[in-house]
Amino acid sequence: MRVANVGIVIVSHSPKVAEGAADMVRQMVGDSVPLAHTGGDPDGGLGTDLARILEAIEAAWSEAGVVVLVDLGGAETNSEMAIEMLDEDRRGRVVVCNAPVVEGAVIAATEASGGSSLELVKRTAEELYA
Amino acid sequence: MTAAILDTAALGTAEGRAALIAAVAAVVIAAADELTALDQAIGDGDHGANMKRGFAAVAEAAPTLAEKPWPDLLKGVGTTLVMKVGGASGPLYGTLFMELGKHLGTAPDRAALTEAFGRAIEAVKARGKAEPGQKTMLDVLIPAHAALAAGADAATVKAEAFAAADRTVPMLATRGRASFLGERSIGHMDPGSRSSSLIIAALADALSAG
Repeated sequence: MRVANVGIVIVSHSPKVAEGAADMVRQMVGDSVPLAHTGGDPDGGLGTDLARILEAIEAAWSEAGVVVLVDLGGAETNSEMAIEMLDEDRRGRVVVCNAPVVEGAVIAATEASGGSSLELVKRTAEELYA
Repeated sequence: MTAAILDTAALGTAEGRAALIAAVAAVVIAAADELTALDQAIGDGDHGANMKRGFAAVAEAAPTLAEKPWPDLLKGVGTTLVMKVGGASGPLYGTLFMELGKHLGTAPDRAALTEAFGRAIEAVKARGKAEPGQKTMLDVLIPAHAALAAGADAATVKAEAFAAADRTVPMLATRGRASFLGERSIGHMDPGSRSSSLIIAALADALSAG
């Protein structure tokens, strides 16, 4: 059986940024990587919504794990909180990636499309900052 | 004056607990415009709307939450804030209340509250990857906790919380959105410090009213 590719979740304060970044990922990797995106607060304004982050992780779930790309403060804090709320067997397989959200998502997805491990996908995107 | 904290008999009843939750929520909701103005000066301007949304949900849940013992009540407040606030303050205040619930017993006294508050502050530090002196809510929570631990009455804890929020004005922000402004963050009160001081003041008022 083919091993699943790492999934990608994009979390931005802006629904448009999240959607646009996801479009750029799809253009690069097609459907070879599980992908989900979310943006906006619970009322639809700029911000992030923990419940929808959980849904996005579920939608992009892969047995190989999920990398979450975030833009600013609340996106990171809400994503970290969401990960802690996952079932114990999944919690350890979802990581927040410390990389620019658009570039990081494209690089992470490209790395993931080659079947790389969760750790390698995360590290490759984070090297954008190095 | 020796207004004791958590000595009010009213808190033993669901009605009393519901009134306490409603009082705190009302203070935060009434301050929404002020919090927004503070956040527009050095942040993204969403703190008032976010806190209002979160505490409106808490107020709505108050009658149900008040039926529960303290640990479950506080966990419920924290979870509601986490799910509804929509900004970093959701997980931060959510963590504060959830951890309070985790460490406060079913019949808390002053010592238990002091201990639980201290642990909850440590959890907020970890959640926000922050330390005191960075112009954040910690700069109010920690002095308020110190006053509580030193035996201060409710009025003194409240005064210290407000004074601590004032002391964030000259601070340089090194954590949170205000840190992007660098030195331009100096001269403005931290919005999270202000909301923390309001919550502590509302609690102090409610707990000393009986």
